[in-house]
Amino acid sequence: MAAAPDAVTPGIARPRWHPLEIAFWIIPIPAFFAFPDRRLLLSQIFVYGLFALSLDLVLGYAGILSLGHAAFFGTGAYTAALLAHHGWTEPLTGLIASGAVSAAFGLLVSLLVVPGSDLGRLMVTLGVGLLMYELANQASSITGGVDGLTDLPIGALFGKIPFGLDGRAACVYSFAMLALVFVLARRLVHSPFGLALRGIRENVRRMPAIGVNVNQRLRVVFAIAAGIAGIAGAALTQTTQLCGIDSLGFQRSAELLIMLVFGGAGRLYGALVGATVFIVAQDALAGISPDYWQFWLGAVLVVLVLIARGGLLGAMDLLGRRVKRRR
Amino acid sequence: MSFTRNGFLTAAIAGAVALAFPATAACADDTIKVGLILESSGPFASQARQIANGARAYIKAHGDTVGGKKIELVLKDVGGPAPDVSKRLAQELVTRDKVQFLGGFVLTPNALAVAPVSTQAKVPTIIMNAATSIITTKSPYIARVSFTLSQVAAPLAEWAAKNKIKHVYTLVSDYGPGNDAEATFKKVFTAHGGEIVGSVKVPLKNPDFSPFIQRIKDAKPEAVFVFVPAGEASVGFMKAFAERGLDKAGIKLIGTGDLTDDDVLTAMGDPAMGVISTHHYSAAHESPENSAFKKAYADVAGAGVRPNFMAVGGWDGMHLIYDTVKKLGGNVDGDKAMAYITSGVTIQSPRGPIAIDPTTRDIVQDVYVRKVQKVGGQLYNIEFDKVAKVKDPGKS
Amino acid sequence: MRTLIGVLFDGVAYGSLLFLISLGLSVTMGLMNFVNLAHGAFAMMGGFLCVALMRRFGVSFGLTLPLVFVAIGAAGALLEVALYRRLYRASALDQVLFTIGLTFMVGAAATWIWGPSQQPIELPPALHHQITVLGVDLGTYRLFLIGFVVVLTAALALAITRTRIGAQLRAAVDNPQAAAGVGINVGLLFTVTFAVGAGLSGLGGALAIDVLGLDPTFALKYLVYFLLVVVVGGPGSIRGSLVAALLLGVADVAGKYYVPEVGGFIIYASMVVLLVLFPHGLHGRRT
Repeated sequence: MAAAPDAVTPGIARPRWHPLEIAFWIIPIPAFFAFPDRRLLLSQIFVYGLFALSLDLVLGYAGILSLGHAAFFGTGAYTAALLAHHGWTEPLTGLIASGAVSAAFGLLVSLLVVPGSDLGRLMVTLGVGLLMYELANQASSITGGVDGLTDLPIGALFGKIPFGLDGRAACVYSFAMLALVFVLARRLVHSPFGLALRGIRENVRRMPAIGVNVNQRLRVVFAIAAGIAGIAGAALTQTTQLCGIDSLGFQRSAELLIMLVFGGAGRLYGALVGATVFIVAQDALAGISPDYWQFWLGAVLVVLVLIARGGLLGAMDLLGRRVKRRR
Repeated sequence: MSFTRNGFLTAAIAGAVALAFPATAACADDTIKVGLILESSGPFASQARQIANGARAYIKAHGDTVGGKKIELVLKDVGGPAPDVSKRLAQELVTRDKVQFLGGFVLTPNALAVAPVSTQAKVPTIIMNAATSIITTKSPYIARVSFTLSQVAAPLAEWAAKNKIKHVYTLVSDYGPGNDAEATFKKVFTAHGGEIVGSVKVPLKNPDFSPFIQRIKDAKPEAVFVFVPAGEASVGFMKAFAERGLDKAGIKLIGTGDLTDDDVLTAMGDPAMGVISTHHYSAAHESPENSAFKKAYADVAGAGVRPNFMAVGGWDGMHLIYDTVKKLGGNVDGDKAMAYITSGVTIQSPRGPIAIDPTTRDIVQDVYVRKVQKVGGQLYNIEFDKVAKVKDPGKS
Repeated sequence: MRTLIGVLFDGVAYGSLLFLISLGLSVTMGLMNFVNLAHGAFAMMGGFLCVALMRRFGVSFGLTLPLVFVAIGAAGALLEVALYRRLYRASALDQVLFTIGLTFMVGAAATWIWGPSQQPIELPPALHHQITVLGVDLGTYRLFLIGFVVVLTAALALAITRTRIGAQLRAAVDNPQAAAGVGINVGLLFTVTFAVGAGLSGLGGALAIDVLGLDPTFALKYLVYFLLVVVVGGPGSIRGSLVAALLLGVADVAGKYYVPEVGGFIIYASMVVLLVLFPHGLHGRRT
């Protein structure tokens, strides 16, 4: 039986769904019912999974080091918040609008980011993130500044299902968004476009030789990723009915990078696994030791890198290969 | 894109194990849980710790049984200003841990986020620090035991006007409490005939005050009114102020008590001497309640740590909760609890007498004017005047 | 005009401090191609060590400086040999993850040992007032900072251009394989360079207490500024870091003085502009 293609082997793989993938996507359903009082955490995992996915497209597939991705998350979050604040409370259209605004913003930023060295891109994206934060802080009459916008009047889904305190609607909504975008991303990654991206990441000098307009591809993927991040941000705003300035902050971008690398960049599931494990681990550790949990998290990161590369999925791959060899 | 069996296993195991983290067994009948949401990891950890220790000290000093029930603290970390996390923690505390009171909050955005939860779940929420005026208006289940910036800035403006200070330059941090402080000071000071010669808002995350201090020096006011969040910012400001020789240039430094926060007063050193501030609590306040408080605090936090106004917020918050539970005979119902809290309760706090305003649910207290002096080789805020029973002017 | 000089002076002092701390990072990133986000942690440990020496052992401020340099340098050497060396060939992302993890651990450990509050420091009185030079009031501490960094930079420049080790270092930066080929012990060189960079950072951290404050969040809080200096200046270039640090320091201070409403905007906007104009840094090396 043909093994599932991995990130290293080139070639457009048949985008058929591996049975394990399907099983992965079914897990949240029993989780939803088994843990009724953790639905909000589950909802947050879906939102951040989506956010991590968007960074994976940019970082893992296109190879652009970005430390300011929260700028797009925050743009989406604030767009959704301001729409609701000024009367447009329908969530789905608000979501789409936020995604569009973020994508447009992403396209603009890509003009600054795409031409440049690795480190340069890192700092320019960082700079853009920090600038957005300052902007939101300064424009406090619109954005609420550091206090943020709270108690937003988000309308009910399809006019019937409100986003209640128990988190049921929030969970289903964010999961649906994640699943939908994931399917599209998977398609993208297995398309000629996705292959070109991988080619650019592996050897950017050869790509023009085979007729690929590198910068154009990068700008497009950057804009798409920005749009997805915006959708994630809007989903967070809508499911929590508030929007804080931290959605734009450097800490968000840094945490996201950690989540992604933790799970394994360059694989779509790496983003999801990384987000899940990071959020759950952080929540559990913070519950045990509210003052010092960062120590334990840091230790996990250090150990993970020392014993294996490529994040959690990379470590599992290594283990899998070792086990296979022994057989 | 790859998907290995092992990756799947990792996710499944991690997810299942961690999500299944057992909820703290809620033996609801004989325990009353109080959920504290605090910024325990990150830049506000020091302040969060003061609140937590203040609350713990109260429990240790008064025993953990009230009205026939056992009081249990559940502490949750929100890291920093993260309203979405704060709201989720509040929801989880209410649905999972089944707390009957919420409390804590160093920062305003975290407190604001929780308001809808308090209202919907009918859980009395006691604000132990967050000092922006609008917080208590966001839910009928929110009461505050700490202070508001307007409440302490107004008396300072009056004092300055009465003490022949005519020209003041204001410097505040650029966020909610800073805006409250600046607005109130300006309003009251100009109403008493004073003149504001200049104003500047400093970014909240600011490592270096020198350029702003230089501006003040150039403007040559008689005094500079300062509000910066208690902690690193106040230390940084004080150092820059002294280093530029502003005190030698005859410019007086006045500010809210955040500037001379007891937690960092020692770190500021001698440059802080002579600074005039207004606040609701000084560790040097002489009263039997304060001595008992300091002793109980030392029991919990260790002998070398000085409690500050945040610790008093934790202490008095627990005091209010205890009084409420006692009054209700151990059967805590959200509406009945708020009915008691808004019935004109008064508490003899380590800071002095305090009361909760029945209409606004905000704190009414004496605001003291103090000067930093050395007592027994250590710096303290020594109270020399006060304004009694100040209500939050930010509401009117 | 007087205020302009005052502002420039402050900016240069701030920039000098940034330069001192970031220097080690620049060399590490340029020479070893290692993204060491734990660099801020070295500075922070230097600061805490200084405070501990002064308070617990009564050492004078001046004496703590060389002690901190040696101690943190030694710690750096140890870390390099034990841990960092294994990751030179790892991907940039893994390096980021590792060093961030390290920073978290150091920060939490510092909180546990010293508590989360600001650390007080008693500077010698000579460093604590203002003198008037040509009608401009200058703080003595900042004068001391600038002087210190000038002397240090000169010493470093001499060491790199006039000594054998300096020549070996330059060779290793240009082409590590060829350098190893002519018998230069590149591994040892890396360790020594890393140690010196860490030591300088620790020293900078101790000097920064009075200007930037010290608490367990220092490492992550100021990391952005150090990265900024290194990337704008071009990794591996000492001259680049110096120019970048001074430029950014002056821009930040001047921005806050003349346009305080805009605040932190200026430093980030300057960085973005500089990077768009000079994608490889001001004096960067094209690999």
